[in-house]
Amino acid sequence: MTTVSTQNTPTGATTDTAAPLVELADVGKRYGNIIALREVTMTVDAGKVTCVLGDNGAGKSTLIKIIAGLHQHTDGTLRVGGEETTFTSPRQALDAGIATVYQDLAVVPLMPVWRNFFLGSELTTGFGPFKRLDVARMKETTKAELADMGIDLRDVDQPIGTLSGGERQCVAIARAVHFGAKVLILDEPTAALGVKQSGVVLRYILQAKERGLGVVFITHNPHHAYPVGDRFLLLKRGRSIGYYEKKDILLGDLTAQMAGGAELEELTHELEQLGGHTSQMQQVQAGMAESQARPRA
Amino acid sequence: MTSTRTPAAAPAPDRGSSGAPSTPTAAAPADERIQTKGLLGTFLARPEIGALVGAIVVALFFAVAAPSITQAQSISTVLYGASTIGIMVVGVSLLMIGGEFDLSTGVAVITSALAASMFSWFFAVNVWVGVGIALLTSLAIGLINGWLLMRTKLPSFIVTLSTFLMLTGLNLALTRLIGGSVSSPSISTMDGFASAKAIFASSVTIAGVNVRITVFYWIALVAVATFILLKTRIGNWIFAVGGDENAARAVGVPVAKTKIGLFMGVGLCGWLLGMHNLFAFDSVQSGEGVGNEFLYIIGAVIGGCLLTGGFGSAIGGALGALIFGIASRGIVYAEWNPDWFKFFLGLMLLLATIVNMYVRKRVERK
Repeated sequence: MTTVSTQNTPTGATTDTAAPLVELADVGKRYGNIIALREVTMTVDAGKVTCVLGDNGAGKSTLIKIIAGLHQHTDGTLRVGGEETTFTSPRQALDAGIATVYQDLAVVPLMPVWRNFFLGSELTTGFGPFKRLDVARMKETTKAELADMGIDLRDVDQPIGTLSGGERQCVAIARAVHFGAKVLILDEPTAALGVKQSGVVLRYILQAKERGLGVVFITHNPHHAYPVGDRFLLLKRGRSIGYYEKKDILLGDLTAQMAGGAELEELTHELEQLGGHTSQMQQVQAGMAESQARPRA
Repeated sequence: MTSTRTPAAAPAPDRGSSGAPSTPTAAAPADERIQTKGLLGTFLARPEIGALVGAIVVALFFAVAAPSITQAQSISTVLYGASTIGIMVVGVSLLMIGGEFDLSTGVAVITSALAASMFSWFFAVNVWVGVGIALLTSLAIGLINGWLLMRTKLPSFIVTLSTFLMLTGLNLALTRLIGGSVSSPSISTMDGFASAKAIFASSVTIAGVNVRITVFYWIALVAVATFILLKTRIGNWIFAVGGDENAARAVGVPVAKTKIGLFMGVGLCGWLLGMHNLFAFDSVQSGEGVGNEFLYIIGAVIGGCLLTGGFGSAIGGALGALIFGIASRGIVYAEWNPDWFKFFLGLMLLLATIVNMYVRKRVERK
């Protein structure tokens, strides 16, 4: 456990004068003799989006679970606001201003939007046995907060399960922002979404960033990460294989690094051999380029 | 019924591709995308709907088949029958909304009654002491059920099936060991019996009709449970732990405490019913109660509580218990063979579950 601070700054990344919101230095996690994560270093600053990229099994989930307080790291140091910390429960992380929006367990589908929005932090009025939910205020706040994030909801009384995947993610993001999150961890928010819905979510990520939050955006899609990210941490098989400032890397390099350039080339050859639908492939690529350009507009 | 509209299947015309939130300007109060739900839509999405329709159908059916059931005194008898089930259904409904169920309830009621009578009799103390011991016993059973569940992470089916069997055995064995018989000794001559009987097993005459006190307890419990469910933080947590335990935990809901509390709530209801069973007479048969747990679960399921949790209401459970009361007495008033009752109950359960499934699909539809 080192307490060195300057030495840990990654290649090309410059730390601000103030302590970063969250800082990981050589963090690792072992489950018995299985090493899920090792020597990961990254920083999350206010108003910056740090993207964590990696394929399945790269250790992305383990990483966010450590920051979110679901798991504890076994090596290295985790500093929150400059202080060394180990979270023992999600509640602790929440209290420290770190909110996590999980891909699949962000909300309770059968409950109305407003109940989900305030779940765990409900507003009440009255005292003692007559303490009751302040339903009117919660509904108003939910509506206002969502409108503030640019989410226009038909009816906050509808079960959240009736919303589209993108809308649900956005409600969860708005919830985290409302409850004073300083750091927002988004676990593959675009993984299950279509092109348009992904764009919507990416726009909210930028909105959260503009509000001064530090965002950790976990994804396996470099096309989603590149337009919104300020820094990129690449993970592979539990290790960091690169940590870049945006100015130091291009989308193509990012994609190549992630997939492992050689493997990708091989795949391209394989596909060509299979059918050689090159014109179709070009169409698909053009579509992808268009989709990633849209959220920035 | 001052309830917020629970999951209402709002017709959402532009869901999907164009349904993305985009322009904040359209947040005007009259949103063109909200169709007026209409009474029918709101009505159909309530968890109680299956039970309400069922109760009306069953009531009409027996009003025709056995006209004497519509007399005031008969209605009071029906309500009494419903209340002896309904008191437990309140606790079981909340538990089921919280995503768990309890097979030990039937015998736990008897355990509570036995604890009160045996303790008072053995130590020759005022029966109110026994009543207090019974309350602690019932709450402890709930605590143990809940704690075991959270600790072992086994399904509640297994955990409560174990406690069901253990309690069945304990009821028989301890009663014989202490009292030397299969029923608890009579406590009718002991101190405090009269006052306890007045509290737990008396009846009130209203406009010439004799109404058993359990009916009032039942109604009060339903009202309190409805308030808790819809208007308190704990109610919000109950829906959440039943709907998605992991999501609830992730936003800081105390899942274990909520679930253990629900099991203890079932214990509290069991204590109340146990005391009624004891003081309505003066002793309890130690082998009773087996099978009643299913009646409570059936009441909750007919009442619209999802077996998988996260959806339901206390009022629905009360309607489920009412259907039970009407059917069980109606068959007697119609002078039919009571053998038909179980068949009837099974049919009701099947129909109610189908209706509820349909409702949930509407609600969950994306």
